[in-house]
Order: sequence, then structure tokens, then C-alpha cells
Amino acid sequence: MAFGPYFLLATLEGLVTASILALTALGLSLVFGVMRVVNVAHGEFFMLGAVLAWAVSTAFAGHPAIGFSAALLVAPLVVGGAAFLSERLVLRRLDYNPEATIVATIGMLYIIQQLALTFYGADARPVQAPFNVRIQLPWFGYSGYKLFVIAAAIIVMLGTWLLLTRTKIGLIMRATQYDRETAQAFGIPVDRVYGGVFALGAMLAAVAAVLVVPTQQAHYLMGRDPLLLSFIVVIIGGLGSLRGTLVAALIVGLSDGIISVFFSPTLAKMLATALVALVLVFRPQGLFGVRTR
Amino acid sequence: MTEVRSNATRIWLLHAAVIVLLLAGNFLLPEYHRGMFSRALVLATYAMGYNLLFGYTGLLSLGHAMFFAAGMYGAGLPVYHLGWDVPLVFATGIAAAGLLSLAVGVLALRTTGVAFMIVTMMFAQIFFLATLYFTTWTRGEEGLVLQPTTRAIEFAGNTISLSDPSTRYLVALTLFAIVLLVSLRLVKSSFGRTLVAIRENEERVRMLGYNVFATKLLAVVFSGLVCGAAGAAYGLLFGYVGSGFASSQYSILALLYVLLGGAATTLGPLVGTLFMFYVIDYTSGLTSAYLLLVGVVLIILILFFPKGLLGTIREKWLPWLP
Repeated sequence: MAFGPYFLLATLEGLVTASILALTALGLSLVFGVMRVVNVAHGEFFMLGAVLAWAVSTAFAGHPAIGFSAALLVAPLVVGGAAFLSERLVLRRLDYNPEATIVATIGMLYIIQQLALTFYGADARPVQAPFNVRIQLPWFGYSGYKLFVIAAAIIVMLGTWLLLTRTKIGLIMRATQYDRETAQAFGIPVDRVYGGVFALGAMLAAVAAVLVVPTQQAHYLMGRDPLLLSFIVVIIGGLGSLRGTLVAALIVGLSDGIISVFFSPTLAKMLATALVALVLVFRPQGLFGVRTR
Repeated sequence: MTEVRSNATRIWLLHAAVIVLLLAGNFLLPEYHRGMFSRALVLATYAMGYNLLFGYTGLLSLGHAMFFAAGMYGAGLPVYHLGWDVPLVFATGIAAAGLLSLAVGVLALRTTGVAFMIVTMMFAQIFFLATLYFTTWTRGEEGLVLQPTTRAIEFAGNTISLSDPSTRYLVALTLFAIVLLVSLRLVKSSFGRTLVAIRENEERVRMLGYNVFATKLLAVVFSGLVCGAAGAAYGLLFGYVGSGFASSQYSILALLYVLLGGAATTLGPLVGTLFMFYVIDYTSGLTSAYLLLVGVVLIILILFFPKGLLGTIREKWLPWLP
């Protein structure tokens, strides 16, 4: 194959990876930014979204688009509800102590993973794409659904950005992020904001999972890679910086495909992890972040 | 003064009694439980190594499985591929863990708090992936089985086989007892008190003129050496070296054992490990999902008993408990 078509294909696949990753990492970044909580269970919320997407879409007969739309609505809501509950019952009682919350979210990780294994099983199961269109590009036909994933991710991210910058809820969230105590003094119910942010973060992961699951199967261990990659993205982009998260997701998503051509996937993961650990050691504000307070 | 002296006597008596009780266990415990205890003793040693860093120094690492596994592979690979003697590979295992902890410590200690946790987790992940990547030597997840003939020590004309249940128990106990007494000695020393001071107020310790970085680095290396010794012993005693021991789950187990038994108590790791071993053993009849149990126990502990079993006892009844 000539360079041109190959490059286009790699770019498109990279963009799909990047958009899913950006959504997932955005959730992690939001939770860390506002609450200063490192949510190790974030990948499991992603997995839960995918598994629920399978459950919901198989419950609907008829055209796959009906089941998929239902999944896109139901899965994030259920995941958000579960996240909200776990925030109320566990994280809030820990007073958001950074170290205690990491231990608690590790506990959640195990619980969610094992519950998925018990009730969903160890099989990987496919979800049908809502539509099956091939879009003819200069050299080859490309799945219309994957282009839809990119578009949908952009829309969700735009929505989140508008929510954060143009609405009162967003203003409240940013105020809480900037200075928790002053926000509280101005009558912002910081406590409830935290519950909402944690749920929102998990919902973003769930949306990403529902979008991705027609292109890869739902499996109870599928939360591992998104967790690692989201960490990488959030750290490179600067902890808590949304713009950095987006840029880093594009870089990681696009380079992921290219790197895995040259190296074995295991070696690629090793190199990426080492690189990111070193970023955290030598440039803790991230590659694009600014040193804050 | 007499108060202090009687406390010191009490402490030594308590630790000696624990070791003697465990020694009696070799002769009194039924075969199945003796096997459980042998494993638990080695893992409790691993947890004691973790406790030095997490409990006493206040550095929460999420990557200690790499030190355990470094000891295990440092001992297992030379036995398997080169046929080296057991005492020699035990030393290479410890040395491997020591070198790794030195390198990781120098880098990771530049960060603090949450970043330290993530960085250690990432280094451990790299180590884990490395055990999968170099599958030619490690055979990845399948692991290496060390044959009983390679796990024997020639000593004064006799052959001591580490696959014999009684020998295994006694070797595990010896390692445990040595580490227990050394760490008891350590936490009572001025070095140990510096560690606790760093945990309580790092800035003040620095202001008093201590080299905080060097002290913390020493704690990381010491903790790595103990964990490496436990890993090497585990591989040699139970004859299996696999990448599963390098996975993040083993890092979390050390944290769980220490939290459960009581962070910054010398006997807490043993209590936590034994407790968890038997909880999993009893519930394994009900459910195979033991990770679910690990998750639930972690959350309950961090929510309601952040001081663990012995930590709570120390707070309420026995303030002299080290």
C-alpha cells in the first residue's frame, strides 16, 4: 500500500481513539480538577457503561438503532447514579482526603469488576452499530459509524465546555475548583457540587464506552486500558486542565496507532508509561500546564 | 524510668511470645493450615517491608509489587536458567530489589502525595509489563516452575529441601522473625523516630537540619530490600515465579494487609495477613469472587477503621504497643 492511503487510515483510526480517549480523560480530569480526587475506578465506570450498553441494546428487538439510542441514554444515567451513590456513601465520608479516596476507589474498582464478572460473565460480547454505512474516501471505504463517533465525541465535549463556561452550574463548579472554602462561604453547596461532578465524570466515561462498544466488544476487563491512557492524557495535559486534556488526547490517540506499528503493544505501553512517569517526576504541572498555586 | 524499662520488657516479651507461638505452630497445626501459615508468614514479611514505608514514613506507595517481584525474579531467573545455588540466588534476589528500590526512590521521591502514589504505580506497571515482554526468559503469565531438586541447600553433607512442608514453614518463620526483630529495633532507633517525624511534619524535620530526602530514600531502599527478601523466599519456597506477583493486585494486597492489621504497628502486618488469608479461605466456599471481598474490606477499613486492628487496640487499651 502506498503511503497516502495508509496515512489517511492511521489518522482516521487515531482520531477515533483520540475522541473516545478525550471523553474518558475529560471525566477523570474534571473529577481531579474540581474535587482533587484521583478516581482509580474511572476505568470501571467506562466498563460498566459498555456492559450496560450491551444489556440495554439486546433488550430491544427491531432495528439496532433503537437499542443503541436507548443504551446511549440509559447507560450513562445508571453509571452516573452509581457514581453519585458511591460518592455520597464513601468519598464524602472520607472528607475527600486524597490518599484515603485513592484507597477507597481501588476498593470500588475491585467491587465493580467482580460484580461485572459475576453477573455479566467473562465473555466479550458485541453490540451492533446503530447503522451500517460505508463512506467512500479516495482510496477506500470507511465505516460511517466511526466518523459518527468522532462527531458525537466533539458534540459531547462542546456541550461539556459550554456547561463549564457559559452556565451557572459551570460557574459554581469552577468556583469550587478555584477555592473550595471561599465558594462555601459564598453559599455554594460544595458538598452537592462534588456529588454532581463525580457523577458527571463517570457519565462522560460511560458515554465514551457506549460509543466505542460497537467497534470493539464489551468485556469485564476492558476498563484497564482506558484508565491507564486517561491517566497518561491527564498527566501530560496537566492535572485539571481541560484544554491540555484535549490536546494530550489528540497526541496520544494519534500516536498510539503509529507507535503500535513500530513496536509491540506491550513495549509501546511500557515506553508510554515510562515517559509519563518521568513527566510526572520532572514536570508535574504537565507538558502544557502552567504551574499553579 | 521504670515505666519505660517495663514497657521495653513487655515489648520484647510480646514479640518473643509471638515467635514462639508461631514456632509451636509447626508442630501443632494441621497440614493444611501449616501450608497456609507458611505462605502467610512470607507475605506478612512483605507487608512488614511495606509498613516501614507506608506506616512509619507515611509514604503511600502503590507499586510495591515490583520490589516483591524483583526479589522473586532476581532469585528465580538464575535458579531456572543458570542453576545457581539457593543461598546465592536469595542474595541476588535481595540485591535486585535493592537496586530497583534505589532507582525508583531517587525518581519517585522528587514527587509527594498523590503524585508519589501514581508514579510508584506506573513504575510497577512498567515492571509488570516487562515481565510479560521478556517472555523468552520469564514465560510471562504462565511463569516458571522451579523444580524441587533446584530448591535444595547442601549443608554439611545433608540436603535440605525447601519443598518439604516443615522446612518450608521453619524457613518462612526464620525470615519473618528476623525481619520482625530488625524492624522492631529499627522503629525504636533514632532513624525510626526520624521516619515517624517525617510522617508527622516533614517541614519541621527539614528545618531541624535533617536531610529528609536521604532519610526517605533510605526508608524506600530498606523497605525494598525487605520486600525483595520476601519475594525471593516466596519463589524459592513455593517453586513458582510468575508475572501475576508483579501485578498491581499484589501492591494493593500489601496495602490491605497493613491497613487491616494497623499501619505503623510492628505486628500489624502479621495480623492483617493472617486475618485476610482466613477470611478469603472461609468465604471461598461461598464465592469465587475474592477480589470483591478485598474491595469491600478496603472500603470498610478506610471508612470506619483507618487505624486497623492493632492500631485501634493501641489507641484504646495498650498505648505501649510498638
